[in-house]
Amino acid sequence: MEVLSLLYNGFTVALTAMNLGLALLGALLGTLFGALPGLGPINGVALLLPIAYTIGLPPESSLILLAGIYYGAEYGGRISSILLNVPGDAGAVFTTLEGFPLSQKGLGGPALALSGLSSFIGSTLAVVGLTFFGPLMSKFAISFGPPEYFVLMVFAFSTITVLMGKRPVKSLISVVIGLILAVVGVDSTTGVLRYTFNEPELYDGFEFLTVVVGFFAVSEVLLMLEHYNSDTFHLPKIERVYISLKEFLMCKWAILRSAVIGFVIGVLPGTGASIASAVSYTLEKKLSDKEGTFGNGDYRGLAAPESANNASAGGALVPMLTLGIPGSGTTAVLLGALMLYNINPGPMLFTEQPKLVWGLIASMYIGNIMLLVINLPLVKVFTKILQIPYWILVPSVVVLAFVGVYSVNLSTYSLMIAIILGVLGYILRKLNYSMAPIILGFVLGEIMEDNLRRALSMSGGEFGIFFEGRINIVLWILVAAMLFMPIIIKIIKKKYFKS
Amino acid sequence: MGKLLRFILAAVFMLSLSVTSFAFELSKPLCLAPAKPGGGFDLTCRLVSNSLLASKLIDKPMMVNFMPGGVGAVAYNHVIGQRPDDAEMIVAVSTGSALNISQGKFGKFTEDDVRWLAALGADYGAIIVRADAKWNTLGELIEDLKKNPKGYVLGSGGSIGSQDWFKAALIAKEAGVNPKDMRYVAFEGGGEALAALLGGHIQIYPGDIAEFSGQYDSGKYKVLAVLSEERLPGKFSNIPTAKEQGYDVVWTTWRGYYMGPKVTDEQYNYWVDLLNRLVKTDEFKKEREARGLYPFTKIGKEFDDFVKKDVKRFKELAKEAGLIK
Repeated sequence: MEVLSLLYNGFTVALTAMNLGLALLGALLGTLFGALPGLGPINGVALLLPIAYTIGLPPESSLILLAGIYYGAEYGGRISSILLNVPGDAGAVFTTLEGFPLSQKGLGGPALALSGLSSFIGSTLAVVGLTFFGPLMSKFAISFGPPEYFVLMVFAFSTITVLMGKRPVKSLISVVIGLILAVVGVDSTTGVLRYTFNEPELYDGFEFLTVVVGFFAVSEVLLMLEHYNSDTFHLPKIERVYISLKEFLMCKWAILRSAVIGFVIGVLPGTGASIASAVSYTLEKKLSDKEGTFGNGDYRGLAAPESANNASAGGALVPMLTLGIPGSGTTAVLLGALMLYNINPGPMLFTEQPKLVWGLIASMYIGNIMLLVINLPLVKVFTKILQIPYWILVPSVVVLAFVGVYSVNLSTYSLMIAIILGVLGYILRKLNYSMAPIILGFVLGEIMEDNLRRALSMSGGEFGIFFEGRINIVLWILVAAMLFMPIIIKIIKKKYFKS
Repeated sequence: MGKLLRFILAAVFMLSLSVTSFAFELSKPLCLAPAKPGGGFDLTCRLVSNSLLASKLIDKPMMVNFMPGGVGAVAYNHVIGQRPDDAEMIVAVSTGSALNISQGKFGKFTEDDVRWLAALGADYGAIIVRADAKWNTLGELIEDLKKNPKGYVLGSGGSIGSQDWFKAALIAKEAGVNPKDMRYVAFEGGGEALAALLGGHIQIYPGDIAEFSGQYDSGKYKVLAVLSEERLPGKFSNIPTAKEQGYDVVWTTWRGYYMGPKVTDEQYNYWVDLLNRLVKTDEFKKEREARGLYPFTKIGKEFDDFVKKDVKRFKELAKEAGLIK
């Protein structure tokens, strides 16, 4: 088995003292960022990325740390969801539905234990998936040329619009804002300057990190300032963090099903933890809610979204490592990390950077075990952190964010841009627009445009190139399926309710 | 009384002037790399900073700072606008910057707005195809292009008007193909272009030979020609130049430095002298080889003339290709 020997080599990278330490640090910080309401994996990765880069960590170590924060946050998000009914991050919204009723019934301990175990199983299964699916996918990825990438992006945008939740129009507007921001800078095909207003600082377009920090960190801080005076959280008392074997076994199918769903949704470009947990919870409710216990604290309804949101993090790494396109908002930031190191994410990554790819994958096995320990016996420590007063939290986030932006671009100009985008983000969030589609539009839009133009210069302007080859045909069928899905679901629902 | 005071003041002033102008010494030498760490400009700065220290020509290490943006445009504007007289600082520059200056992509400033100091190394263009491609010489490729200009796709890591594009355009011109009709795909960096070559999405990759060195050993590609004046030493010595195959295509990717416009002659000459001494040392030669650069030394006025000539040549090429009016 070639994969196993590669994985073995990965473990030799991941097991060095520094990388083990970084995996642990990532797991701790991730749990922390996940647990703190408002701060999610994107903020965590965006804040730590420039620091890791500036202190000169080698790329594989920096990726081990950042990925640790990513999947760690998916664990941590459940803590405040269960105890306070406040989702720690977007992927943990569905965890509140069953988790909070459980903790109100005095079952907070079992709820934390079960959700921790579900996170572990979901996450580990996804890493196994990544281990075997990744290399397969990367062999396949070399046949992805510009036309295939373009059609893949069409597919990505179609999934965003369909799966993007309650406010499709607002999501669409957010995507367009991202697309607009992506247009600024030197046009990659003709070298023409677009919307740069003779400002050399704008020649390279908006720096990815600046945009992320603006829309996520700065706007978040502005939101936090609003409820500065809100009362400190009243935490319910946790006796013991445990779950009985019987209750755990009751959830085994929910956990496994959701892990698969989470992984697949994670692999799809543009869709991440929030959609994975929504789909898995909804499905679990349909399948298992025979006695109407969902909504009042059902263990299965708690296990499903937690397994799914963790699995989606592993899945999202598949397209990132093989095709160089982000499977979720956070992987978009991770992708930015690779580019900072001048590493070309794409089909060659698995062969050219085996140390990085396999070191990362191996570290994820280790990191998950660390996270299980952090999140079961030590979870009480993190419940204390929820009581950090805002007057410490808010300034720390601002300082970290600005140091980060400055250390990557070394210019105050990007700080100004981050502030402007932050205020814009704040206004948009007050109007109930979500930020993730902006980031995806920003990242995917550029890939889409570049490949559209590359494909057209290959074909000499013939659009037929997008319909040639098996890959393109399959992708177009998937696009059609995505676009018609809501209609199909509606028809099925009608039949279901009639019978 | 007043006269005496004035005399003393004048004397002190003269003295201080003579002191500052007499002893220009580097106290905090700095190389500004107008990009993010890790790229070609970083390499250019490390070449001079490492070898200056190793050869003991300076006793304090030379700092390397970064100012990314527009292939050097941000730094160019910064140096001219804000630090025109900073004699401690040299700024890395390359053929790519000169190309962008020639096409007016460096804002309102031109090649006459800075002091060109030196070029200390170069890489050379190379025409790279897949190992199983049907061509074995540059001639076969150009004949095929002549017969079927739209049949093959060239691709590389830069936009239209960039160095990689110019290499492609020069090859197309040899085949009698107007660069405008050439099928050219701009990727994000050479790595992406190589992947596309391997995937069969493009057929010809005009890249740089030293940059490609790591991939050369994989056996997945072959190099039809190097675009240097003469054959290269070392492991590429068996690759023929385009010139010896009968095509007058030379592409030098030089790496050098410039200084602010208000640096005095004396300060400028100090650097010229310093670098003239540097290039003779073994430490420098070792460092240049380690950075994958070939000898290409032009210092002081020679470099200044060279850059201005290059920019002029690029302007003509760009005009010919319809990039500027």
